[in-house]
Amino acid sequence: MLEQVPVSHYLLLSAILFSIGAGGVLIRRNVIIVLMCIEMMMNAVNLTFITFSRYLDSATGQIFVFMIMAVAAVEVAVGLALLVELNRHKQSVNIDDFNALKG
Amino acid sequence: MPIEIPTLNIAALTPFLAVTVTAFVVMFFELFVNDKRILGYLSLLGLAVAAISSVMLLGVSPAPAFQEMAISDGYALVLNLIFIVTAALSILISLSYLGDRALQRGEYYALLLFSTGGMMLMGAATDLIVVFMGLEIMSIALYVLAAFNRRKMGSGEAGMKYFILGAFASAFFLYGVALVYGATGSTNLSAIGNWFTSGGGDLTDPIALVGLSLLLVGFAFKIAAVPFQWWTPDVYQGAPTSVTAFMSVGAKAAGFAALVRLLMVSFGQAFTLDWQIAVAALAVVTMTGGNIAALAQKDIKRMLAFSSIAHAGYILVGVVPGTIDGVQAVLFYLMGYAFMNIGAFAVVAVLEHRVAISSAIEEYAGLAARKPLLAAAMLLFMVSLTGLPPFVGFWGKLYVFRAAVEANMSWLAVVGVINSAISAFYYLGVVVQMYMRPAAATEDGEEVVPISLSGPVTITLAVAVIITVILGIWPTPLVNLTSLAVFG
Repeated sequence: MLEQVPVSHYLLLSAILFSIGAGGVLIRRNVIIVLMCIEMMMNAVNLTFITFSRYLDSATGQIFVFMIMAVAAVEVAVGLALLVELNRHKQSVNIDDFNALKG
Repeated sequence: MPIEIPTLNIAALTPFLAVTVTAFVVMFFELFVNDKRILGYLSLLGLAVAAISSVMLLGVSPAPAFQEMAISDGYALVLNLIFIVTAALSILISLSYLGDRALQRGEYYALLLFSTGGMMLMGAATDLIVVFMGLEIMSIALYVLAAFNRRKMGSGEAGMKYFILGAFASAFFLYGVALVYGATGSTNLSAIGNWFTSGGGDLTDPIALVGLSLLLVGFAFKIAAVPFQWWTPDVYQGAPTSVTAFMSVGAKAAGFAALVRLLMVSFGQAFTLDWQIAVAALAVVTMTGGNIAALAQKDIKRMLAFSSIAHAGYILVGVVPGTIDGVQAVLFYLMGYAFMNIGAFAVVAVLEHRVAISSAIEEYAGLAARKPLLAAAMLLFMVSLTGLPPFVGFWGKLYVFRAAVEANMSWLAVVGVINSAISAFYYLGVVVQMYMRPAAATEDGEEVVPISLSGPVTITLAVAVIITVILGIWPTPLVNLTSLAVFG
């Protein structure tokens, strides 16, 4: 009988992944990398859901993961479209170059 | 084993379906119709159907729909009416505003309707899955709408900033849902509430507490509460004014809709003290931060953005007591806010596209002499937003603050009143510009661009003025309407 990985390990891993993603959104300047960091946060959430789903023996968490995956795909599509549009104006994907709005 | 056929109760979601189906019809006819304004009027028709079905459902006792995923109780239906009013007034602004910029496109109205549908779903949701779906349907449509003016760099930038921070906030919200699910074993709002009250739950469970705080962070982004408000001024300034009007009221109301139901139904019995302290703190910093930042603004759209942050703070005051009176005061406030704030944005939209006027407050100088009626309307909206009688803004603030006083939180009401006084400075600053400063001298040969008040935006202005005044003098009808807002 193999020893099982405890639930807390999965939760800790997803918390670390989430923090790396959140840190990346705040620190990185390249919009494409920011999008990847947001994706990482979403996937950390997915891991948490799957962990709890398994732990609680309930299917709701897995259904939620499918919802998140679908929405994440839609968000990336919209985000990249917005970036293409902005790139036409500025020929850049650096967030600091998008500074037309200031007060 | 027989398969149990689930009861759907589709009728309960008629308003949402009416709006969504209209959005698809609009997208379909976009292919054939040359004059896109027709699609705007078609959207208004769909909203009218949604409004009628919402009012009809108010008379029916609420039943859960789709296996307790959503419900059309009084709370959801009154919110539906707020969203419908917001969408309809914004569409009327758009019909004029977009035409002047050659932006009149069918998908604009479809996106606006999808976004409205998402808001309705957030109001009716009784499961965190549906809250999430509604949130994303609303937000993703709004990201695109904010970036709708493709020729302007600022518009695309607004869409991008809104998108990045919105997706960031969604991730926090989702992490909160995941932890609450882990702590309680369910994503259904009332099941979560039952878990805590039935004694099965540990009331010092750190996972549930962290989950609740992450949910609060996610919603604080959506309602633009300090310190999660950075995106607001840029997005409101860059987005087309008709879209700004729509999201300043609609997205905020939808965020409050889901937040209030979550706090009342799931965390109403357990953790009450925890979230009350957190929400009270949010309310104080949001009111104060929004008002102080608004004082320094030179652009009217940015000023209104910061003022909308301050209004989110006032509305949060009504959420803190956690009473049904407080909830109804919040809905009263939101409905009144829809009329006066969209009215103010309608004035901005009318003026903005004239060559002489951008959206800088200074350029409103002398408006009273050039356009007395428009200036009078703006004066009225500014006074109402300040919260002075006899306009609807006064009653909104009164009811919200009264709910706080009745829950023995008078200090919160005092902070709110002091903040209203601060807000008078910048709201009345616009009035001073319009009435007491002469218009900038025109150089020789420079033509004064006439400001023409015409088309559908006039209807928005007229409706907003009339409702702001009538509900200010006689608020009883709206009080009666919001008193129907109970949780099913």
